[in-house]
Amino acid sequence: MSVNAIRDDEHMQSVSKKATLTRLFRYLLAYKGPIVSVIIIMLLTVAISIINPLILERAVDVHIANNDFERLLKLGMFAVSINIIFVILVKLRMYLMAKISNHVLLTIRQELYSHIQKLSFNFFDSRPTGKILARIIGDVNSLKDVLSNSVTTLIPDFVTILAVVTIMIAKNWRLAMASLISLPIMALGMWYIETRSHRRWQIHRKKSSNLNAFIHEDLSGMRIIQSFTAEDETEEDFDQLLKEHRDSFMHAVILNDAFGSVIDISWGIGIICMYYTAIKILRIGSDNVGTLIAFATYISMFWRPIMNLSNFYNQLITNISGAERIFDIMDTKPDITDSETVIELPEIKGEVVFDHVSFSYDEDTKVLNDVSFRINAGETIALVGPTGAGKTTIVNLISRFYDIQEGTITIDGYDVKDVSIESLRKQMGIMTQDNFLFSGTIKDNIRYGKLDATDEEIIAAAKAVNAHDFIMKMEKGYDTELKERGAGLSIGQRQLLAFARTMVSMPKILILDEATSSIDTHTELLVQQGIEALLKGRTSFVIAHRLSTIRKADRIFVIDDGKIKEEGSSDELLAKKGLYYNLYMAQFKNL
Amino acid sequence: MKKKISWYIFKYWYTYLFAILCIIIAVTLDLLSPQVTKRIIDNVIVGGDLDLLPRLLLLVFMIGLGRFIFQYVKELLFDINSSKIAAGMRKDLFQHIQSLSLSFFDKNNTGELMSRVKDDIDQIWKAVGFVSMLIIEVAIHTTIVLYCMYNLSPKLAIIPTIMLPVMAGLAVFMERKLGKIFEEISEENAQLNTVAQENLSGVRTVKAFAREKFEIQKFLSRNKRYYELNMKQSKVFIKYYPYFQFVTKLLPMIIIIIGGYQVIQGEISLGTLGAFTEYSMNIVWPMEMLGWLSNEFASAIASNKRIKKIYEEKPLITEIDNPILLDEVKGAIKFNHVSFSIDNKLILNDISFNLPPGKTIGIMGATGTGKSSIINLLQRFYDATEGEIELDGINIKNLSLKQLRKNISLVMQDVFLFSDTISENVKMGDRYHIKKHEIIEAATYSQSRDFIEKMEDQYETIVGERGVGLSGGQKQRISIARALAKKAPILVLDDSTSALDMETEHLIQKALSQIEATKIIIAHRISAVKNADEIIILDEGRIAERGTHETLLGEKGYYYDTYIAQYGEYLDELKKDAVSDPEEVAECL
Repeated sequence: MSVNAIRDDEHMQSVSKKATLTRLFRYLLAYKGPIVSVIIIMLLTVAISIINPLILERAVDVHIANNDFERLLKLGMFAVSINIIFVILVKLRMYLMAKISNHVLLTIRQELYSHIQKLSFNFFDSRPTGKILARIIGDVNSLKDVLSNSVTTLIPDFVTILAVVTIMIAKNWRLAMASLISLPIMALGMWYIETRSHRRWQIHRKKSSNLNAFIHEDLSGMRIIQSFTAEDETEEDFDQLLKEHRDSFMHAVILNDAFGSVIDISWGIGIICMYYTAIKILRIGSDNVGTLIAFATYISMFWRPIMNLSNFYNQLITNISGAERIFDIMDTKPDITDSETVIELPEIKGEVVFDHVSFSYDEDTKVLNDVSFRINAGETIALVGPTGAGKTTIVNLISRFYDIQEGTITIDGYDVKDVSIESLRKQMGIMTQDNFLFSGTIKDNIRYGKLDATDEEIIAAAKAVNAHDFIMKMEKGYDTELKERGAGLSIGQRQLLAFARTMVSMPKILILDEATSSIDTHTELLVQQGIEALLKGRTSFVIAHRLSTIRKADRIFVIDDGKIKEEGSSDELLAKKGLYYNLYMAQFKNL
Repeated sequence: MKKKISWYIFKYWYTYLFAILCIIIAVTLDLLSPQVTKRIIDNVIVGGDLDLLPRLLLLVFMIGLGRFIFQYVKELLFDINSSKIAAGMRKDLFQHIQSLSLSFFDKNNTGELMSRVKDDIDQIWKAVGFVSMLIIEVAIHTTIVLYCMYNLSPKLAIIPTIMLPVMAGLAVFMERKLGKIFEEISEENAQLNTVAQENLSGVRTVKAFAREKFEIQKFLSRNKRYYELNMKQSKVFIKYYPYFQFVTKLLPMIIIIIGGYQVIQGEISLGTLGAFTEYSMNIVWPMEMLGWLSNEFASAIASNKRIKKIYEEKPLITEIDNPILLDEVKGAIKFNHVSFSIDNKLILNDISFNLPPGKTIGIMGATGTGKSSIINLLQRFYDATEGEIELDGINIKNLSLKQLRKNISLVMQDVFLFSDTISENVKMGDRYHIKKHEIIEAATYSQSRDFIEKMEDQYETIVGERGVGLSGGQKQRISIARALAKKAPILVLDDSTSALDMETEHLIQKALSQIEATKIIIAHRISAVKNADEIIILDEGRIAERGTHETLLGEKGYYYDTYIAQYGEYLDELKKDAVSDPEEVAECL
């Protein structure tokens, strides 16, 4: 598993732009009804926009030429009334479009988030949190303008262009040709810019993500940074990332900024050709000034939407990399999934069997090598051994955090691969080494272990793990608000709360991975007494280094080099004078 | 050192000025075209002077070319400026946040602060970039167009002159209405960030409890709220924005009607009306844009308000004006009747001890009794409410904060490693001075050399965030190496061997005893504090017992109980060998 460091750009699957776009716009298809309404509304508004210059033309060429002010005024009233309709239609269109695009944003973000929840540890372990966050927040936000402008810019502008071109051709095709002669120049210019700037924007997004990751980590590790007075160093790193971020932006805009200019010059050329053709070739005289004015208007009516479209295109190029990054995650397959023939694990008794289990994280080094054991329901098993021997791995496999390469793991005779992950983990109480407390009240944090737990159950769990006393000493007791990770509590107190959270669901299988490592011996004894009654009839796995913690286990497994080296009760193992005996004696070496 | 946005903008006033100059030129060129149109119509078509045409058309082309260049330069200049401003603001905000005290971070969620530094600055970036460019462009454009209009026909020009302030007023009004909503959106964006951030950081807990669905629901409610706020913003925008469009559609009509009347009356020529109409086309799109611009602007102002709030936070722990800089830190620590409370809750109560250079103090006690607070006070993460703490005989409040902290190497209870190489992690805080051999030395002392050197990239192995990928014990050992590499005169170990097996711990204890430094050791294991020169036992913030290993065993209090709990069985074994009293055993040992 290669770990992506903050400074390194993320590696991504390369996908064609077209595929990304189609996928993005497929989200819009879910709103067929509203989209159709939007399109109809837009056709109407476009029609009004096209009528407007016709009115102008008529006003100049007919009414003003005929000195007919009354008709001119009437025409004016007509113009006002259709433009009032225009405003109402625009409002309706904007409302529909805002609803659609915001809703698509909501959907994409939710889909992305839900998908991330399915992913396995490999995904989270191999990249900084800040980079995943960047995709959920920043990248999704970047799609907002693209989505809301997609229908509203694309369709009316295309229609306008088509309509304008048709009218121009109908009125005078030669003049029309002359006006549009510069289109290829523009197309060439845009193509040149677009092919180059896409990659540059991709890089910019990655730099932006790096920046996000850095900020996240810096804030999370502020205590240690200040303690080691590393502020100057982090500022230096931040400066470097800022510079890369800015440079990648400049690198992209140096091309992109030419977009408007290309259009401008093509526009100018169009006008020149139009006048030249009109006067030199078609010999248009003073009686047709109105036509010329109208044509000049059409040209600007033609180029304005082209300008809009190219702006939109520009926006698309700038932000499509955001969509790519979102879909990249959505396409990441979770390593651990429910099989297709998944069944719900019925209520278990707690018998756990490992049958010739071998496992490695990265296919190279075997962390577990042909491990077999049977644990009867209700037994307490202690896992001991040097750090990095594979103790945590064994408990991770029981809860199916990883899938094994060889052998089978069964619970009450059910292969863990055949039952739904949710039904499996719900019946287990797992206390991992890093216990994360969420911001929220103490009560809510304990309730996380059993969402429908009553207050009594919560208090009972807290009492069992000896957390009740310190909770009650706080001003608001169980309603005390905790900050992220439980800031404000001592590490030991956090551990006790996490312990209570694990106990509240009364799991059939309990896994305690260094559950009391930060708790003083005295409190630990109280915790042990408190949970003793609760543990009766439950299978439990205990990992601990303090041997006083594990002595009472029914059986002790000594793990080393991915194998169970010794097995038996504490007394039996001590009598053996083997590994356990050495570990046991080690704690007295310092005496 | 809060700087206002204007400070950053003025810093680049010359480039802005140049960019504005480019705008003026581009706009002027833009507006020359109707003049040329007028001459083409009046002189060439109506007047029949065909020789003039090539020159006029060349002029049109030159105008196009000029615009091509100046448009590009101006856009680039605004991008250069705005990206510099954004980077500068981000840097300063970051610096300010880093200078804040821990109590600030206790109260503010990471996700929220992240969105300030990232998303809110992004909004401002937009505002000082293309948004202000367009606003300036709109202003200049309108002014020049108006000027030209007055030149053509002062009477007709009155119409747009009346409309402009109405539009501007509408824009300002809309900005006000939107501002509040954008503040809420910015707030909700931060909340969204916070929920997602917590979920990702706590992913192990989420998965262990199979709470994915619950988490998805939690996010959904935030996500929906974000959607609703965005809709609220859209609705306000929709309420006002179409009026901008209405006016822009109507303006040419009104001009044609009134202008047409004047043509009929013979007051102006047809060519003048033609040009005037073209001008009015030129004045409408800036007005239309005004609505959209004020929307973007409102969003940036809201973000700026959020950022200002962070700047209002002052670091609670500050140095005195002329802090004392010690020539050499010897490492004598003295706590003199120190008490400490947070939110009226007494954490530490009348703590006194004296730790001469090179000596060791051990601190034990139940969880939550204030052990870690002693270290927080010593490193001045918080200030004591009563009493003084002295380093080498000087009150730490009078010392340079940096020197104080630099001379205390800390191994924290919850290990935090950065997602960087192992060697960068060990060097952290003094990365330009720590040599490779010093890293290896520190790794040797902390018993981490074996496992590090077994890894493929050894010291250059990248560890995951917070040290993901390493076992708890491995993380702790790297964290010890990080502290040892600094060779500070004071070493603080806060429950730093809890995840280590007994054998490894024993080796580390042995190694630590060779290190010459003033040591403060917080631990739950007797073995870790046993050899300390003084051991204090905290109970509810007070010193309940104090003494050496031997004298404390004699007191038969908390320390004795802990001792029996940890070693009782072993003593029983010994008892079989005819030693009857644990106290005697202790003496034997």
